[in-house]
Amino acid sequence: MKIVVCIKQVPDTTEIKLDPVTGTLIRDGVPSIMNPDDKGGLEFALRLKDQYGAHVTVITMGPPQAEAILREAFAMGVDRAILLSDRKFAGADTLATSNTIAGALRALEYDVIITGRQAIDGDTAQVGPQIAEHLDLPQVTYVEDLKYDGQKTFTVKRTTEEGYQIVEVDAPCVFTALASGVKPRYMSVRGIVEAYDKDIEVWGFNNITVDEKKIGLSGSPTRVFKSFTKGAKAAGQIYEVDPAEAADIIVNKLKEKFII
Amino acid sequence: MDFSLSKQQNLFLQMIREFAEKEVKPLAAEVDESERFPIETVEKMAKLGIMGIPFPTEYGGAGGDNQLYTMAVEELSRVCATTGVIVSAHTSLCCAPIMENGTPEQKAKYLPKLCSGEWIGAFGLTEPNAGTDASAQQTMAVKEGDHYVLNGNKIFITNAAHAHVYIIMAMTDKSKGTRGISAFIVERDFPGFSIGKKEKKMGIRGSATCELIMENCIVPAENLLGQEGKGFSIAMKTLDGGRIGIASQALGIAQGAMDETVKYVKERKQFGKAIGQFQNTQFQLADLQTRIEAARLLVRKAAYKKDMKLPYSADAAMAKLFAAETAMDMTTKAVQFHGGYGYTREYPVERMMRDAKITEIYEGTSEVQRMVIASNLLK
Repeated sequence: MKIVVCIKQVPDTTEIKLDPVTGTLIRDGVPSIMNPDDKGGLEFALRLKDQYGAHVTVITMGPPQAEAILREAFAMGVDRAILLSDRKFAGADTLATSNTIAGALRALEYDVIITGRQAIDGDTAQVGPQIAEHLDLPQVTYVEDLKYDGQKTFTVKRTTEEGYQIVEVDAPCVFTALASGVKPRYMSVRGIVEAYDKDIEVWGFNNITVDEKKIGLSGSPTRVFKSFTKGAKAAGQIYEVDPAEAADIIVNKLKEKFII
Repeated sequence: MDFSLSKQQNLFLQMIREFAEKEVKPLAAEVDESERFPIETVEKMAKLGIMGIPFPTEYGGAGGDNQLYTMAVEELSRVCATTGVIVSAHTSLCCAPIMENGTPEQKAKYLPKLCSGEWIGAFGLTEPNAGTDASAQQTMAVKEGDHYVLNGNKIFITNAAHAHVYIIMAMTDKSKGTRGISAFIVERDFPGFSIGKKEKKMGIRGSATCELIMENCIVPAENLLGQEGKGFSIAMKTLDGGRIGIASQALGIAQGAMDETVKYVKERKQFGKAIGQFQNTQFQLADLQTRIEAARLLVRKAAYKKDMKLPYSADAAMAKLFAAETAMDMTTKAVQFHGGYGYTREYPVERMMRDAKITEIYEGTSEVQRMVIASNLLK
C-alpha cells in the first residue's frame, strides 16, 4: 500500500500573543509547527505502515523553510518527503493550492491520500476535499478513527459536532483527519539523528501535472475585500459543577454585571 | 567558535521537551511522593531510543552523541530529576563502560538489550567503607576455573531494583591496592546475587536506590570487563563520563526551578505588585540565570570534548561541580521566592530542592570534583 500524506507548516497559534495596544497578532518569534490535524493524519499513515508495511510519502507546499516539518516527518518514520516550492505556486488560495497538490499527486503512486481536516492558521477545511474532487476520488472527511481490512476496504469513524458515522470506503480514496482521533508518535532519537541525512525532493512546476492557469495567484479566485481584527475578549472561566449550581453562578454573574 | 545549536539538535530538543512536558512532568510529584520507579516512562523512553542515545546503531543505539545525551538528561531533569538520573546512570555508568572496555562478544551480548532499553543498567562501586575513598574496596573476586566468585556488598546503587545488568568492582588481588581491582559485568540472575534494602532518600525518591548483595556470586570468566587489575581505572573513567550526565541533571533541576520561579514571581502579588517587579527579585534571578547559562556551557563543552575523544576529566568535574552548586542555590532560592507555598508540596520547587542536594554528593562529591580539578591544574 502506498500512502501520501499532505502536511502544512503553520504558526503555532497557541503561542501567538495579541499586541495589547493595536489588538493585532504578534507573529514575530512564533514557532512554526506541523499542523496538528495533519500530524494526526500522518499518525494514521504510520500506523498502517507499522501494521501492513505501507510506504508513506509526505508532501508539503511552501517556502524552503517548510523543510523543517518534512525532517520532523522523517524522524517520525516516513519513507519519502517532497517539498513543492516554486515562485509559480505563490499567492495561492485554497483552490490553487489544491490544484497544485493534486498536480503533484498525479505524478505519484498512491492508494490512500490523507490530509488534515483543516489548518490552524486558515481554518478553511477546503484543501483536502478539493484534492479529492480534482482527482475524482471518494473522500471521507473528519476522520477520527480508521481500520483497514488488509485488502482494500477501510472502516472509518467520521466525527462532527452532531455525532459520528461509521462508513466503509475502498481505496483509492482521500481521508481528512482530526487531531483528536490519535496521539501522534514522538520522533525517535535515531530518526532525528538520521533525518538530516535523508533527501528531500524539491518539486517545481515542471515536476507536476497541472494547468498553469489553475495555480498561484492567477488560479486563485478568492478576493479579500476587507480584513479586521476581532475585539479581544477576556479569558472565560470554567466551572465544573452540577446544572443547578451552574445556573446560580450564571444568574449571579449576570446580576454582577447589571445585565439582569 | 559556534555556540548555535544545529538543526538536528533543535529537532531533538523539540522532541525531548514535548516528551518531558507531556509524559514525565505529570508523574513527577507522584513518583516522588510514593517513591515509585517510573517503569512506564522507561518503557516509553526505550521505544524512542532515549536509553541508548550516544551509542552506534550497530549495537542498537540511536547513533547520536553526548551532546544529545546531555540535552536529554537536562530536559528530563527539568521536570523530574528521578527520570533524569535513571537515564544517566543507565547510559553513563553501565552502557558506556561496556562500549568503551568490552570485548566484541560482550558488546554484542549486552549493548543491544541495554541500548534498546529492554534491559536497564546500573553500576556498583560504593561500599559501606568505600565511599569517596573508592580504593578501599572490600568486595572480593576469586577466580575458580572458568568463573569468578564474588563476595561483598555495594550500597547506594541507582536503578538497582529494576536493573538487569550491573558493572561491579571487586578486588581480585588485594596486595596490589587499586591495581588489584577488577570490573565485572554481572547479571541479576547470576547465582548468589541479590538486591538488599531500599534506601529511603531525601530526593530523587523514584530512582530505586538499593544495596547489592553478592554471596558466593558466580560470574563467568568471560564477564570480566577489561583486564584484571584495570577495574579502578575503568571505574574512574566511567565516573568522568557519569559526571557529565549528573552535571546535566543538576543543570536541568536548576532550569526547572528557574522556570517555576519566573512563572510564580510574575503572578504572585504582594504590596500591590507582582513580586517579580521588585529589584531584589530581579537581581537575584539575574545572577542565578547567569550561573545556569554558565553551567550549560560547561556541560556542553565537556560533552563536546568527550565526543571529540579529547581528555575531558577536569571539564566534566568543573561542569558537575558548578552545575550541582548552581542547582542547590537555585532551588533553595526558588523555595524562598515561593515563600510559605514553596515549603509545601503544592509547588514543585520543594521537591526540586530535595532533588538538587544529591548532585553535590553522588558520582563524586563537590570536594572530589575540586580534587580532580586541582590535581589537573597542579600536575
